[in-house]
Amino acid sequence: MASLADVWRRREGLRALVWLSPWLAGVAIFFVYPLLSTVYFSFHRYDMYTLEFAGLDNYRYLFQDPRVLTSAKNTLWLVIVLVPATVLFSLALAQLVVRLKAGAGLFRTIFYLPSLVPMAAGTITFVFLMNPATGPWNQFLALFGIQGPDWFGDPAWSKPSLTLLSLWSCGQLVVIFLAALLDVPKHLYEAAAIDGAGPWRQFRSVTLPTLAPVLMFALVTNVIYALQYFTQAMIASRVASGSTDSPGSSFSPGYPDESLLTLPQWLFQVGFRDYSMGYACVLALLLFATSMIFTLILLRQFRRAEEAS
Amino acid sequence: MRFVPLAVSAALALTACTLSGCTANKEAGPSLGAQPRPSGSAAQPLPAATLELWHGFSTDAEVKAFEDAIKGFNQKFPQITVKAVKGVQDDQITHAIRGGNAPDVAASFTTDSVAQWCRSGSFQDLTPVIKQDGVDLSVLPEVARSYSSFEGRQCTLPLLADAYGLYYNKALMKGNAPPRTLSELTALAKKLTVRDADGTIKVAGFIPSAQYYENVPSHLAPLVGARWYNDDGTSAIGSDPAWKKLLTWQKELVDWYGYANLEKFRKSLGDEWSAKHPFYQGKVAMVLDGEWRNAMIGNEAKGLDYGTAPLPVADDRPDLYGSGFTAGTVIGVPKGAKHPQQAWELVKYLTTDTSSLVTLSNALRNVPTTRAAMDSPDLAKDANFTTFLNIFAHPKTSTIPASVNSVFNQEAMQTFMEKWEKGAVPDLDAGLKGVDKQIDDKLKLSGG
Repeated sequence: MASLADVWRRREGLRALVWLSPWLAGVAIFFVYPLLSTVYFSFHRYDMYTLEFAGLDNYRYLFQDPRVLTSAKNTLWLVIVLVPATVLFSLALAQLVVRLKAGAGLFRTIFYLPSLVPMAAGTITFVFLMNPATGPWNQFLALFGIQGPDWFGDPAWSKPSLTLLSLWSCGQLVVIFLAALLDVPKHLYEAAAIDGAGPWRQFRSVTLPTLAPVLMFALVTNVIYALQYFTQAMIASRVASGSTDSPGSSFSPGYPDESLLTLPQWLFQVGFRDYSMGYACVLALLLFATSMIFTLILLRQFRRAEEAS
Repeated sequence: MRFVPLAVSAALALTACTLSGCTANKEAGPSLGAQPRPSGSAAQPLPAATLELWHGFSTDAEVKAFEDAIKGFNQKFPQITVKAVKGVQDDQITHAIRGGNAPDVAASFTTDSVAQWCRSGSFQDLTPVIKQDGVDLSVLPEVARSYSSFEGRQCTLPLLADAYGLYYNKALMKGNAPPRTLSELTALAKKLTVRDADGTIKVAGFIPSAQYYENVPSHLAPLVGARWYNDDGTSAIGSDPAWKKLLTWQKELVDWYGYANLEKFRKSLGDEWSAKHPFYQGKVAMVLDGEWRNAMIGNEAKGLDYGTAPLPVADDRPDLYGSGFTAGTVIGVPKGAKHPQQAWELVKYLTTDTSSLVTLSNALRNVPTTRAAMDSPDLAKDANFTTFLNIFAHPKTSTIPASVNSVFNQEAMQTFMEKWEKGAVPDLDAGLKGVDKQIDDKLKLSGG
């Protein structure tokens, strides 16, 4: 015979379970189930019609597929260059706007507006503007005697060009930094100034520690975003290559020279163009593991930064 | 943490559902040819039905032409209504079959999915009903039969075909005859090219880049008779010297223009599917293109004085002259079709009825697939279109053989050709072997 305390405890547990059930259902349906399915299908040959056990074949192919390394390198480039560039540029813009005495509202609007442009439209526009033959950007550079490169057609310039696109559309991050900067107590700056701290010292000792959580948030979200980078790279490749998405046309994903081939893009091609779903699941697991590792590292840093501040 | 087992249990239950049938096809419709019917039966024995037909045609003119062809079927089978759905792509067809919502009849613009559809049984094998109804497939050229079947399963039939040849701008040709060999093409391309002092191209004789519109590997391979696959389905690209011949010829001409110059010129050109096509605008003297360009020129560049000819071929393969690349629209009955027998009648009518094929061809300016339709006096022919009828009927005209990895294989070769023409491949033989490896590894992954 259970004691009253036991029953009560059990009811507590039951009540908690009821309250938690929407979350549990959500996690089970939208996370655990797809994850388990992905693991299951990764051991199978599955072309959307037939399912056949393939053992470790899909995992073995991971080491034979040259595009995995290429796309992983490209994705890593985005994490190492595009993310810090975007975060630093957004922070610099926010610093600039926060110091403006007049016209702050106008500049905030100007910097924020590009982030409202749909990604596909923005990317297509960028590729057209930077077309080496007809684009106005190279014509503008030519006025100063500079021969502009084939921005999206040269593998050495394609990723930097995407970084420029990312900088152009960093308005949301600017707004977040702006809010954080406005939140830094003014008296801290006043105290620092009285102690003889210059602008750089003030930034390092007052602004940065206060901004640390926001900076970490920006880094974590942008790293995850870079690991999932897809739309801009896919569209820029397609438009810059000049090949149309018409029956019979052949397109090299990641044009030029696979320099814009990111891991999610390759996953998409493998899954939804080749219907090699089993292998696509292996790529998805690889992407998941990489995202987890990056996120855990950044979160650890985040905690450390929080403790330090 | 005590809830974790619960979540895992739920997930496992859902996974079990997945394995047991949630992802399997829903209840399939009756299969085609399972119930033999009296031979020679036509309109009367078939019960009334409404058929859903998915096709890729999308412009108003194309849709109207297709509906006109269907009207002929309606006259023959008044009890059958056809509901046509336009602008459907292969992946939509695949997903619909996969989800158990297959249409009764589906047509695809490409032959890239045929192998997968045939092997998986997602398109029903038409062989039993073809035999049952005594349909004579010899009315189709061998090449059209090959691109509509796979591993002995005739799971689709060719509806209309595309054939590829050479278009030339008569004014820019300056009285020169169209080239018959690759050497002649090179010489003429150089002669007709107009450049500024700094090398900027004003008019190109011929653009050899594999990145230019229709110059994809599959369309270029017939110029030298290059083979894609060995008999066992593995790649023949690295072992067939014809590919090396093609790439060497192509690179030489690219280098003559200068890769950077050619790329700058290519990127200055208008859209392939618009009135700004460089061939219309006199920026390119000769182009490789499909027979459908005739209709487009008629609509978008009415005054253009142009001619057509078979594609030039390797100097040591004069026997190939007159042939070219072909592929086309295929049509079949997906697994799960609700009215397969009526669907087969529609497929049979659209693919074998001469008047239907002629109606479609006259409207769309694609090549009709049966010999009777090609010879029909009702078929609108002029010299430029006849070139493509002849290419299609040529015994050496080829296609890219069906493969379960067709798109992947073409893309692997396309990527390699792009690297090659820009000079990023130091060893051609090793590079082609690398393409072989990619294709063969992928074949193994797909189960051979």
